[in-house]
Amino acid sequence: MYYLFDGSYAGFLCCVFESFERKEWNVIPLTPQQFAGDFFRDKREIYTDSAKARRVQDGLQEKAGMEKAKDFFRAFLSEDEKAWSVSFKIITAVFKTGVGVLENFGDTDVLYFAQTLKKVSRERHRMKAFIRFQKSNDGMYFALIEPDFNVLPLISDFFRKRYADQPWLIYDVKRKYGLLYNKVAVSEVALSPEQKQSLTAPAIAIALDEEDEKFQRLWQQYFKSTNIEARKNLKLHLQHVPKRYWKYLVEKQG
Amino acid sequence: MERIEEKLKILADAAKYDVSCSSSGSKRKNTGGIGDASSSGICHTYTEDGRCVSLLKILLTNHCIYDCAFCVSRKSNDVKRAAFTVDEVVELTMNFYRRNYIEGLFLSSGIFKNADFTMERLLRIIKKLRMEEKYNGYIHLKTIPGASEELIKEAGLYADRMSINLEMPTEAGLKMVAPDKDHESVKKPLAFVNEQMHSYKSDSKIIKHVPVFVPAGQSTQIVIGATPETDFEIMNVAKTFYKNYQLKRVYYSGYVPVNTNNNLLPQVGSAPPLIRENRLYQTDWLLRFYGFELDEILNKEYTSLDLDIDPKLSWALRNPHLFPVDINRADYKMIIRIPGIGRQSAMKIIQARKFGRLHEYQLQKMGIAYNRAKHFMVCADSPFVLGTLSVAAIRNNILQNGNSKYKSKTPEAQLSFF
Repeated sequence: MYYLFDGSYAGFLCCVFESFERKEWNVIPLTPQQFAGDFFRDKREIYTDSAKARRVQDGLQEKAGMEKAKDFFRAFLSEDEKAWSVSFKIITAVFKTGVGVLENFGDTDVLYFAQTLKKVSRERHRMKAFIRFQKSNDGMYFALIEPDFNVLPLISDFFRKRYADQPWLIYDVKRKYGLLYNKVAVSEVALSPEQKQSLTAPAIAIALDEEDEKFQRLWQQYFKSTNIEARKNLKLHLQHVPKRYWKYLVEKQG
Repeated sequence: MERIEEKLKILADAAKYDVSCSSSGSKRKNTGGIGDASSSGICHTYTEDGRCVSLLKILLTNHCIYDCAFCVSRKSNDVKRAAFTVDEVVELTMNFYRRNYIEGLFLSSGIFKNADFTMERLLRIIKKLRMEEKYNGYIHLKTIPGASEELIKEAGLYADRMSINLEMPTEAGLKMVAPDKDHESVKKPLAFVNEQMHSYKSDSKIIKHVPVFVPAGQSTQIVIGATPETDFEIMNVAKTFYKNYQLKRVYYSGYVPVNTNNNLLPQVGSAPPLIRENRLYQTDWLLRFYGFELDEILNKEYTSLDLDIDPKLSWALRNPHLFPVDINRADYKMIIRIPGIGRQSAMKIIQARKFGRLHEYQLQKMGIAYNRAKHFMVCADSPFVLGTLSVAAIRNNILQNGNSKYKSKTPEAQLSFF
């Protein structure tokens, strides 16, 4: 049975709700866009109802504890169909038999779930490391990212706490939304097409602070000078800084 | 090139042989300013040599009154000299930090005039960062040997980590290349900072608001391959320093020849001992996280680490009577001793086997180095093997099938029958 939901985490939790309500256990959660049609299985459209989602979330927290419950949200952010359907099975098992199932690493589903969590966590960590702010002439620090997974929700707190005294914007170019911090609170923003255009243009149409270029140059200089030529190891370098991240790394532009 | 750019070039170049890059272990919070310390540390980028860049690592100046043969900044060297002003360091740190280039500042210096004069200047910088810029990011500060205890004590209130490098592993080695220096002047301040850390900690149990003092602890660095010490000697020194001064880290730095005209040291152009350095780190990890005693890995009979294979595998091959280990029964301590299995995988195994005996196909997927580990463990479905392991055969098998970056360059001696 396919459950077609709106792609939100609340929608995903509503799939769990419906499956218990209807006692349908062999469920594959998908968005209508992902669903390619299947003659042999039924499908059901699931409507997102925040009250139902809340009930599932509360129940999950009670069963598994805050941290473990949040793991399902983290795995969901992988945007990986297989991870979704594996998570779905595991949530069902947690409700039926308890949180212990998460330790059954001999089981391929549990292992896949654990590996997904690890991948998402690595990407979250990378974004903490690789985000490079540029300062605009009105004092805003802004950065563009294209993470493999939808990790913005997982780094919001980190940047809010660390850069508490400066306004900043981190915009996910791939998913077309961003986080905006105004020195008080973080909010989610989606930019208008024109704004987006100006952000993604290579030269960056936002007017930069007059000193920004200088510090970018100094950073490139530092990056060169701190390298030890006699120890050159490009394989290791690439392993730590894969090429797909270079686009937004100041030090890889010089 | 602007002057600041040139200074940065000179003073980053001179600081880079200090390998410590750690930004972990502190828990400084952002209290109404900018920055905090991430307890796990963050590497913001990696240089082309594959080393992590976490901190802005610079010298305040490369002017130095000492003439240590191994050091690029030594007095008699004909290199360009430069010195940052206090404001320049603060400006660089803040602007890099605000753009998320770095986790913080690693500040060291050549000794100009005398120890106190230098230490006082370093202190002025970190004080300005903390007090005026309200900066709560990470600061790693070099303790200048010979500086007064008052200055060191004050610095400890603003720094997250402090360190002093032993440089050469033994006193005799150090004397060969730096006659003006001795290990005693390193031990004394390490001990002093350690005492202070303890007294602040015990105060904090009684008094509510005690300032943090060097919350990320102390570290040191040992240069490898400049002087003739054995691995056993080196690790013995490391062990003693971990124990006596409760260091958070000992760093091993493969010597990169930077100076000509000293016949005692490896010559410019000779490759730094990178494999050996790696093996020493592996040993360090085995001692600190895997429950190994030093004499199991290195001792009077066995004084240097095998470069072809890692020290855990080397230990296992010298102790075949302890293997194979039954993955379904052995305790955690023994499972982490299996070559190819790390701590995380060992935990997974312990948890997973509660659900039923583990088979080979399950172990293969768990993220262990299966091709190494398989020789040393039995799973539920492993075929029964008669007799003990053939050590030589396993070693060959692993070396031939593995794709270690350090794979021995020597030709394979034997033909395989399979």
